[in-house]
Amino acid sequence: MATVSTDLNYLQGKKGLFSWIFSVDHKRIGLLYLYALITFFLVGVTLGILMRLELLNPGKDLLEAQTYNQIFTLHGVIMIFLFIIPSIPAVFGNFFLPIMLGTDDVSFPRLNLLSWWIYIIGAIMALSTLIFGDGPADTGWTFYAPYSVKTGTNVTMSVLAAFVLGFSSILTGLNFIVTIHRLRTPGMTFLKMPLFAWALYATSWIQLLATPIIGITLMMIVAERFFGVGLFDPSIGGDPILYQHLFWIYSHPAVYIMALPAFGIISELLPTFARRTIFGYKAIAFSSLAIAFVGYFIWGHHMFTSGMSGTGRFIFSILTFLVAIPTAIKVFNWVATLYKGSIHVHTPLLYALAFIFQFMIGGFTGLLLGALATDIHLHDTYFVVGHFHYVMFGGTGFAFFGALHYWFPKIWGKMYNAKVANTAFTLLFIGFNTLYFPMLIAGLMGMPRRYYDYLPEFHLPNMISTFGSWILAVGLILMLGNLIYAYFKSKEKPGRNPWGGITLEWQTQSPPPVQNFDRMPELPKNGPYDFEHKPTIKE
Amino acid sequence: MRTGASTFAEGVDLSLYIIAGISIVFLIGITAVMIWFVFRYNNKRNPKASHIEGNNTIEVVWTVIPTILVMIMFYYGWAGFKPMRNVPDNAMVVKAYAQMWKFSFEYPDGTYSDTLVVPINQPVKLELVSRDVLHSFYVPAFRIKEDMVPGKDNFLWFEATIEGRYDVLCAEYCGQLHSYMLSSVTVVPRQRYDEWLAKAAATGDDHPGLAVMKQNACFTCHSIDGSKLIGPSFKGIYGKTEIVVTDGAEREITIDDEYISRSIKDPNADVVQGYMKGLMISYENTINDQQIADIIEYIKTL
Repeated sequence: MATVSTDLNYLQGKKGLFSWIFSVDHKRIGLLYLYALITFFLVGVTLGILMRLELLNPGKDLLEAQTYNQIFTLHGVIMIFLFIIPSIPAVFGNFFLPIMLGTDDVSFPRLNLLSWWIYIIGAIMALSTLIFGDGPADTGWTFYAPYSVKTGTNVTMSVLAAFVLGFSSILTGLNFIVTIHRLRTPGMTFLKMPLFAWALYATSWIQLLATPIIGITLMMIVAERFFGVGLFDPSIGGDPILYQHLFWIYSHPAVYIMALPAFGIISELLPTFARRTIFGYKAIAFSSLAIAFVGYFIWGHHMFTSGMSGTGRFIFSILTFLVAIPTAIKVFNWVATLYKGSIHVHTPLLYALAFIFQFMIGGFTGLLLGALATDIHLHDTYFVVGHFHYVMFGGTGFAFFGALHYWFPKIWGKMYNAKVANTAFTLLFIGFNTLYFPMLIAGLMGMPRRYYDYLPEFHLPNMISTFGSWILAVGLILMLGNLIYAYFKSKEKPGRNPWGGITLEWQTQSPPPVQNFDRMPELPKNGPYDFEHKPTIKE
Repeated sequence: MRTGASTFAEGVDLSLYIIAGISIVFLIGITAVMIWFVFRYNNKRNPKASHIEGNNTIEVVWTVIPTILVMIMFYYGWAGFKPMRNVPDNAMVVKAYAQMWKFSFEYPDGTYSDTLVVPINQPVKLELVSRDVLHSFYVPAFRIKEDMVPGKDNFLWFEATIEGRYDVLCAEYCGQLHSYMLSSVTVVPRQRYDEWLAKAAATGDDHPGLAVMKQNACFTCHSIDGSKLIGPSFKGIYGKTEIVVTDGAEREITIDDEYISRSIKDPNADVVQGYMKGLMISYENTINDQQIADIIEYIKTL
């Protein structure tokens, strides 16, 4: 790359809506995703808070049963297909992968823009069920047959939306794989790539290989509804268990699409704030691949109570436990990275620490669901809901927020108020655990999930959980308010490298120039976290 | 968690305590170490970091130890689960039916009941039948759960060890009133069970049409007092004129023998305006023509 210094950063230059929504600059596309994702996330949060309000007391509080069922379905569809699956790769992957690899864009910038457009079209389709047709689907985000074939709500549109969104995911995955193979800066071998790039690499393969399965499965639901083909509905000769297999063959690996990028974020945050090299680089990199690989063979654990043979349950259970091992290795290496570091406690590190704690709870509760005897009791209860939110929100969600606080100064060249950010973090941490921990208790007591109403004995955990949702909401408002305020009002110029990081994005200007680098970035001698021989980064 | 009241509870609870116990030790241990590192190696106390790139011995150690631990967890999970699939030969067989949003049970002598009553210390095998969509038979106190899948013969078994009344819940989402799909299982001494069964078998005082409708859970969706539930109320319905939707077009019909019969056999053909299509399944193979005649006679009395 030539060391052409350009005065314009990517936010300057062309102005106006069209210069954004038709931009092929990976940084602008990353932000397009960010704004869309945050919007949908807030819709999903609002629906979640409505659900918690309804569950504050037993009996009807403010919603009809049917409305409640539609709300939990839409909450799931939005949070999973519109927020968590794209989240980190689409926003931070798009923005930072090329910069961290020392290149000027992804391999296929136009395809990248197309991915965003497909995403927006899918999102509009999903949300259109609120207005058009017979109301949003009331099936749960899993669209289990035969109910999804029989119900009168607008399942067809919701399913088509998920189908369309799948293409966005596939194309982004493809783009990242090619980018990582072809566009690494000279000298950056695979084993000198930042771990975030490794995590995205593993994720992209899952996106590319698993997503087509859900696409075709959901099309089969549509075919069943329109033409009565007899695939899943036993009254016309189909098999509902077939649907579950097809669904989870995608949707279990998809859990790793949601989790692996978060592992990548944590692997960036810890060395930067501990000012030392990461512990066990290869162990962390290869365990991502191991998780992605083993993750393909364990879908059956979602079906332990569906009447599977004892042998089938045995095999899926033991494979499920295998996936715990690379995950444990990651956690140990992360914690070891703090050992003998020189730790600077800033907001992003707090999110990383909370991630490790909450992700561990998510993982350990997963062990109880992977073991056969305990799963029989806990399957389809609130324990699963709690477990899932610990992994997805306490894990990926917190990593997303951590990344947002980490790269905020780089993306916008401004700085937020650290005190307010830490207060917001504290509220989020307390609110999150107050909201979801009682769900684990309710599940152990035997409260099934997807419940509009519940027996009086489940009142206390539900009440506490609802209180937690209020604390969480305040934390979210404060966090976003603080960032938005900083975006508009901040006078502070954080410079190139406010955190003392050494991956390549910290060597360029904040915000980065259109071509990403104003001067040739310097690779550390021994890998991306070699703080011992760190490059000197001048302003 | 409530006390387990079946022979499975011990195995399930043991695996739960083992897995949760190991997990809590690790959770607290790792979190404590993490927090201690953050304090101990804070940049004020430790201004210069040591750059440790890794350590193969320790990587092996923390690969091997979790491997052993998760295999132990797997073993106890498997051991606690295994007996659930081996039904004893002397098990009493009861058929359990599920449909939106009701459980019902058929005893070996043909007696129907909405709730389950079983003798203590008697293995009971439930043959699980769903008449419409997915349901799941769940008794938290017994630590048992198995999905009820239409078109597929699932089963579960249990042996209750403590007398009492326990909740039965539907654990697989099944539509609008999923959370109200409840029943109970009452565990009694053998003698009280025999008395109960004899009495349950004898209560044939209901109108034959009413008996058929109770058996098929018609009243979860259709009231007999005029209130609107999922489907139209049966009160005063016979002879009434209604607007129905047939293939998307509205038309007026009079509710007569033929319409009632068609509504049972092909419920989505003519749906009364204002109600949702697709929620009722065909009962063509469940209710015979004589029973339909009984139902019509009964509806006329409402």
